[in-house]
Amino acid sequence: MLRDITIGQYFPGNSLIHRLDPRFKIVMTLIYIVMLFTGSSVFCLALGAVYTIIAIALSKIPVKMFFKSLRPLLPFLVLTAVLNVLFLDGGDVLFKWKFIEITEDGVRTSVFMIIRIVLLITGSSLLTYTTSPITLTDAIERLLSPLKKIKVPVHELAMMMSIALRFIPTLIEETDKIMSAQKARGAEIDSGSFMTRAKNMISILVPLFISSFRRADELATAMECRCYRGGDGRTRLRQLRSAARDYIALTVTVVFLAGTIVLNILLKQFGI
Amino acid sequence: MTILETQDLTYTYSPGTPFEKTAVDCVNLKIEEGELVGVMGHTGSGKSTLIQHFNGLLKPTSGKVILDGEDIWADKKKIRDVRFKAGLVFQYPEYQIFEETVYKDIAFGPKNMGLDEDEIKRRVYETAHDIGLKEELLERSPFDLSGGQKRRVAIAGVMAMEPKLLILDEPTAGLDPAGRDKLLEHIKAYHRRTRNTILIVSHSMEDVAGFADKILVMNKAKLFCYDDTSAVFSRAEEIAGIGLDVPQITKVFVELKKRGLDFGRDVYTLEYAKKLLLKELGGERGAGRC
Repeated sequence: MLRDITIGQYFPGNSLIHRLDPRFKIVMTLIYIVMLFTGSSVFCLALGAVYTIIAIALSKIPVKMFFKSLRPLLPFLVLTAVLNVLFLDGGDVLFKWKFIEITEDGVRTSVFMIIRIVLLITGSSLLTYTTSPITLTDAIERLLSPLKKIKVPVHELAMMMSIALRFIPTLIEETDKIMSAQKARGAEIDSGSFMTRAKNMISILVPLFISSFRRADELATAMECRCYRGGDGRTRLRQLRSAARDYIALTVTVVFLAGTIVLNILLKQFGI
Repeated sequence: MTILETQDLTYTYSPGTPFEKTAVDCVNLKIEEGELVGVMGHTGSGKSTLIQHFNGLLKPTSGKVILDGEDIWADKKKIRDVRFKAGLVFQYPEYQIFEETVYKDIAFGPKNMGLDEDEIKRRVYETAHDIGLKEELLERSPFDLSGGQKRRVAIAGVMAMEPKLLILDEPTAGLDPAGRDKLLEHIKAYHRRTRNTILIVSHSMEDVAGFADKILVMNKAKLFCYDDTSAVFSRAEEIAGIGLDVPQITKVFVELKKRGLDFGRDVYTLEYAKKLLLKELGGERGAGRC
């Protein structure tokens, strides 16, 4: 079912990670990504893995959820691994058959790449799992607000993003409903040949478009009725406040980044 | 003959997540062929989830649905045939309309059944007649029609499949009183012609009271009761206890009974109340209308 889509889904809770200031969480996620990309050996990634595991444990989100978010990327992971194994030369040859040559470097790189991608996805899904989309856009708006000085419409962008995010579940639900309604009239959507399924998509898309336009129209009217006129002079219901724990978490993250850099340099010096 | 039977039907939403919720809990019921059944229950009582099991849109977490003598999940590949046997009209069905003309939209279901053109034509014309859509509307775009007309087109789209069991989820939601009465009349006309079983989900006791032979009440995911309309409304206080309301006229008669004026029977339609009261007052004298 469409309802099973999990990427970017918020997983309510009240853990330490949930309560962190979303602005800090975004910055920490960025640092985390930098950390994963500066690490040039498996040891550096191990450090990243430790960081991820601690964060997941603190968030109290079932590990199952993270596997779920990885599943759609499985083909991509397999492709990365296969390409690296097949086309990277260097080091001892482990296996040779006709033109296929598997080298030690190839295997090492593909393992490295897979770990890196897995960590990247798990870490960033942790952000969306523990932060509701609306707070997330709030935080992005605040983080980008300096750009207002160079005439970037930050508020409008954030508003567009919140509206889009806000309507994803609604549209999924709507699609689900229309699909059920057409299935009840015998439309083949999950089964049947490709052509009949494609034809039947029309019976879903037409009502979906019509209702989206209707919704957009209604929302615009509702916003105007409440005198919405952009971001100038607007105050917020939910003020973002940072606490000691946010600074501590940020410090820990920075320490991990520093650790990765130091480890990198050390490993290079000893030539491993 | 029993048209629909459920055995220990249970359905749980999102099992294993914090959103886990059992919406239908161990429901056992039997519905006889040709009956008009009202389905009631307050918001979130599980009635919408329940009816989506009857045509196989939802698969029970446990338990069975037996339609027309067959377990609908016995053969997964035949689930489409189940949908032709049990037609389901969703809430606000007008949002599912998509074809260019009213005719084509009503014909969508019958076409999916693989019927030939003549049969489709007959069904479209007959259901359009039942539901009160004039023939000249059939070639118009459904998007140019009024809200009430669109609703009727959508309902006709399911009726045209001539399902043995027709399930309507809040067919009168959002209609004005006149539109509501008219729509219920049209549904009755369809029932008179086809003699198929009809289930109507509704919040309005008045609607159900004047319409249904039997009433099914859901409360907190469980089947509260399933009985003849009069038997259900005789439990007025229990029904009020689960957040539902009996018809206003029934309330009046319950109060009259408390004050010593017992008519010996439960009253749930205005017409019947009028007859009783006139008899009590001694004849038809002076009584024009209610």
